[in-house]
Amino acid sequence: MKSNRSIKVDYLARVEGEGSLTVKMKGGEVTDVKFKIFEPPRFFEAFLRGRKFSEAPDITSRICGICPIAYQMSSVHAMESIFGVKLDGQLRELRRLFYCGEWIESHVLHVYMLHAPDFLGYQDAIQLAKDYPEVVQKALRLKKIGNDIVTLIGGREIHPINVKVGGFYKAPTKKELTSLLNNLEWAKDVALETVKFTATLPFPEFEQDYEFVSLRHPDEYPFNEGRLVSNKGLDIPVREYENHFVEEHVEHSNALHSVLKNRGNYFVGPLARFALNFDRLTPLCQQAAREAGLGESCYNPFKGIIIRSIETLYAIEEAIRIINKYEMPDSPSVPLEIKAGTGHGCTEAPRGILYHRYTLDEKGNILNAKIVPPTSQNQKTIENDLREYVKRNINLPNDKLTWQCEQTIRNYDPCISCATHFLKLNIVQDEFVE
Amino acid sequence: MAKKRKPKLAVWKFSSCDGCQLSLLDCEDELLAVAGAVDIANFPEASRAVAKGPYDISLVEGSITTPHEAERIHQVRRQSKLLITIGACATAGGIQALKNFKDVKDFISAVYASPEYIETLAKSTPIADHVFVDFELRGCPINKYQLVEVLNAFLNGRKPNTPAYSVCMECKRRGNICVMVAHGTACLGPVVHAGCGAICPSYNRGCYGCFGPKETPNTSSLAEWWKQLGVSEEDIVRGFRGFNAYADAFRKESELHEV
Repeated sequence: MKSNRSIKVDYLARVEGEGSLTVKMKGGEVTDVKFKIFEPPRFFEAFLRGRKFSEAPDITSRICGICPIAYQMSSVHAMESIFGVKLDGQLRELRRLFYCGEWIESHVLHVYMLHAPDFLGYQDAIQLAKDYPEVVQKALRLKKIGNDIVTLIGGREIHPINVKVGGFYKAPTKKELTSLLNNLEWAKDVALETVKFTATLPFPEFEQDYEFVSLRHPDEYPFNEGRLVSNKGLDIPVREYENHFVEEHVEHSNALHSVLKNRGNYFVGPLARFALNFDRLTPLCQQAAREAGLGESCYNPFKGIIIRSIETLYAIEEAIRIINKYEMPDSPSVPLEIKAGTGHGCTEAPRGILYHRYTLDEKGNILNAKIVPPTSQNQKTIENDLREYVKRNINLPNDKLTWQCEQTIRNYDPCISCATHFLKLNIVQDEFVE
Repeated sequence: MAKKRKPKLAVWKFSSCDGCQLSLLDCEDELLAVAGAVDIANFPEASRAVAKGPYDISLVEGSITTPHEAERIHQVRRQSKLLITIGACATAGGIQALKNFKDVKDFISAVYASPEYIETLAKSTPIADHVFVDFELRGCPINKYQLVEVLNAFLNGRKPNTPAYSVCMECKRRGNICVMVAHGTACLGPVVHAGCGAICPSYNRGCYGCFGPKETPNTSSLAEWWKQLGVSEEDIVRGFRGFNAYADAFRKESELHEV
């Protein structure tokens, strides 16, 4: 065995945004692991200053093309907490339904187009489609059903326009929503098949002792609300987020690494939500999880693909439930009384918790903003996984190990363009000179 | 008979949210047909496989915000027969062009602890400021049906059908009641390039300008109209400074209202 080896992926594929990977090994030891984010900073937190509270959902949705709704939901909840507004009834349900759409389209995109090709040895879903056209066609239809929900409620699938602080600009009619039901019933079966399909994929034996962090709600699988909890004792309201989580500067990346104070890295996203909220899943989802060989929690990040499939099934069932009980509200939004203050919002983006904090002046202008997306929270855990994975698989040939390292990162479905947008750190000059 | 070579398609990303290239993956009904018509030679968001250039068609997403990007766009141009920009970032500098209105040095030192480490250009600029662009497709995000139309047109050697008139035309066609006339809601529709299908007015809100200025937009007339609706100078500035803030017509109009 060579004593010095390195793995280098200059441009990480099948993720959102621009990142690279470097692993250095010496004499059978891993000496350096860098999951580098070289996506340029876009300064969102800076130019949110001076904008109106009402513009936050439109502006922050532009942080990410894959999960704009998460940005919209975290921002409106933060703003509403300043104005002392809490949505209930059908408006609250509509927001949940909207989030179902995003989970379905995002999870299906990841499961079939970004992640499954890794397990099956394909470069992409289009090559996969040559051998398994029916699978990919079904996946595309399933993904479209998620986008149909988003388009109906939000106006379009990317950067929806209908989200407003206090509710929506326009509420859909009962008839419009029920038009989705037939497809959702079909989708339920296909999501179940997806769980079964993903359960058969070849998973590397790999588990680590993670600290999982997610929202937890008294009686729902979490989307928009809940307390922040972990499997290692964290249990706080969202407004205390910054007392417990801090962001560290790292030289090699354009994104901050978020850590739990005095504890270090943690894990957000499907594995965390699943482990902390198994009891909030529907009986069908729980049964599907058991049949897929998962317990009530799962510590193998490669199996995130099964959990995303289970969460897709959950989002479909939840969408059907909400649509069946839907009555069009009298007004699409509630009145607001603009005032100064600081508000916090945290919701469950498909990739994990997304935290927003805003301070407003008495006219409702934004004085400052802070945004912590899921990928920056997972970054340190991703690097830890890489270090550990390489250590255990050091005898694999380079090309195989390289691909598996890429997969280790794609397990997290990292949203790299999200991760840099909030950025307040040292960018070392030559990081940009490739 | 020799098999005709499929045109090679590449997708490139600069500073952006990935939403416009995602539009291609969101073409659920058309994706496999598109993939059948071209050879997807470079599309990192979708594939690990990379084929060497030159490329017949390059789709470019994002704006130029770093010295490295300013160099890289020339490399992309050199390898591309046709270069098509997609989205507001690539055609107008995008939302990140909001920094263009500040002195970047003050801006950085106001926000960053160690400004000397920040490697960013003073301005976020559209691709056409750097290299020749064959076609610009607007929108934040682009309309996926327009994207399919543009690809289809170039693959078949014809001009894309993406009209340059305003959102108002689409709004009338949808049968909407004018939100500005009927409800007094400020709307950018009269000066904004069509393409979205007039979504916002259909959802009871004013257009906020995702598709940038239409051809020959009379922005001063619109600003005057807004004033009559009681919109403050501050809000007129914000109105024109959205996702296409650095598009010439919008930039100039916003500057006229700066207090």
